[in-house]
Amino acid sequence: MEKVLTRNIGIEDSWTLRVYRSRGGYKALEQALDTEPDALIDAVKASGLRGRGGAGFPTGVKWSFMPKQPTPERPNYLICNADESEPGTFKDRLIIEQDPHQLVEGCLVAAWAIRASKVFIYIRGEYVHGARRLEQAVAEAREANLCGRNILGKGFDCDVVVHRGAGAYICGEETALMDSLEGGRGNPRLKPPFPAQAGLYGHPTTINNVETLSCVPLIVERGAEWFASIGTDERNTGPKLYCLSGHVKRPGVYEAPIGIPLLELIEEFGGGMLRDDRPLKAVIPGGSSVPVLTAEECRDLPMDFDSLAKRGTMLGSAGVMVMDSSTDMVQVMERIAHFYAHESCGQCTPCREGTGWLEKIIRRIRSGRGSLDDLATLESAAGHMRGTTICPLADAAAMPCQSFLAKFRHEFEHYIKTGRAAVTAG
Amino acid sequence: MFDAELDKRADEIIARYPQPRGAVMPLLHLVQEKAGWVTLEAEEWIARKLGLTPAYVHGVTTFYTMYRTSRCGTYLLQLCTTVSCMLRGCDNVLEHIKRRLGIEEGETTPDGKFTLVTVECLGSCGTAPVMQVNDDYYEDLDIERVDALLDALAEGRPAPFPPGPGPQRVMVEQHRAS
Repeated sequence: MEKVLTRNIGIEDSWTLRVYRSRGGYKALEQALDTEPDALIDAVKASGLRGRGGAGFPTGVKWSFMPKQPTPERPNYLICNADESEPGTFKDRLIIEQDPHQLVEGCLVAAWAIRASKVFIYIRGEYVHGARRLEQAVAEAREANLCGRNILGKGFDCDVVVHRGAGAYICGEETALMDSLEGGRGNPRLKPPFPAQAGLYGHPTTINNVETLSCVPLIVERGAEWFASIGTDERNTGPKLYCLSGHVKRPGVYEAPIGIPLLELIEEFGGGMLRDDRPLKAVIPGGSSVPVLTAEECRDLPMDFDSLAKRGTMLGSAGVMVMDSSTDMVQVMERIAHFYAHESCGQCTPCREGTGWLEKIIRRIRSGRGSLDDLATLESAAGHMRGTTICPLADAAAMPCQSFLAKFRHEFEHYIKTGRAAVTAG
Repeated sequence: MFDAELDKRADEIIARYPQPRGAVMPLLHLVQEKAGWVTLEAEEWIARKLGLTPAYVHGVTTFYTMYRTSRCGTYLLQLCTTVSCMLRGCDNVLEHIKRRLGIEEGETTPDGKFTLVTVECLGSCGTAPVMQVNDDYYEDLDIERVDALLDALAEGRPAPFPPGPGPQRVMVEQHRAS
């Protein structure tokens, strides 16, 4: 397939305005500013674009929730969620560092469509260089009248602010992100009200992921039909960035039509398993919060929202973590449990206590001091974490735990019975 | 430290936000950049600038892992130990660094040069294992590359290779471009 999202990556100085414009950049913005905002929203709806941050919500529908007549007292805001923190996910970083103007252009087109006068790009604090590249891109855009007052002389005022996080996974959750952006601790808010009703500073807000916004100029330039023609079906459309990591020969970010078969991704793009004598054992297909797949379940599996949902897991952030036969699944689960226990904001009891207990019990099992009753306790704790909290972090910890126990139970039992891993690491 | 220059930079940052409170995080980054960590005095300065209480600012500081409330070494070594890095051998790298520097996680070498911590996913899973040294990501690490890096930093030389992916990555890029 022709590369579109990653078309500029690898070109010298791809992050500069000069190079971006020489390759046709910011034409979509000019075109968009000559189009009625509602027509743009309709085009994004028709493209079938669904959010690339994890939830897969239709982007055009989300935009259509925004008020049509904002006032200076009650402005509309756009937030770009660049707080990429889901373990196994590193696609947004590629766009931010290598092609930041693509994102800035996407932000400005989206801002016009939803009538937002200000865009905040919330980037995770660790991406120091990414933030510098973005700030530089915004400054260049401002200098060239592509951002700021009266953009391209077309009467649209919109500024972009780059805001750095400071190391908190929870701030990737949209309402926690807003609390953080307002200068607070990142505690998720109850919904409703949804961001389009009361978001940042209580004003109507749309929040979209980096990759989602980067798709927008493509839809403007090439048309909704073109975008919708890529992919599995009308519900799963467009180009997609997949983050391939773990036991493959060539890990990395790969662009493919959404719905590429999982094994093709591993074989063709990833170059196959890292070691030829170690076959595939399991894959986490969408970042560490989604249910794990066994090697058998990976067969004939299109990597799109609905196909993965049908197989009991999720596309999530498309963080594909590949594990071979040497992998100690209890150890993997221990790391996942540790992550969520560390990142829980502590606001809701089932999450604060639940994530901690999952980690402690799994650690006990790995130390050889576990009992078979522990497995029932884990299942019960994980069950009580599902759907009982303000935000989905508790579910994100519970889902992998439940799936690891269901699919690799023998490895947990092996630790309990023998005090050792079922596989020999090496 | 809290001179007119810092004041001016703070005012520029505050102007970007619809309400002054929005500037808490960038101001915390600003003072940490300047002093190496967030002092109580700095929190009081931010509170005064934004019309908040120092306790409020401290609450924000302590919510986020990147704001440091104590001094750390010249080089803050942050090794990622989440799943993808684990699958690619970060545990061996961690053990090696601990042995080499003679410190445990969270400790600083007696000469004040290195502080070692483990961190959660840094978003560099395709080039795992990764270690962030101050602002820079060093990727595709193995024991040889870590040794070369720490040798240089210990002697006050620049890093022997640029931050970013390792040399074997060129092969991957070529494949991707073809």
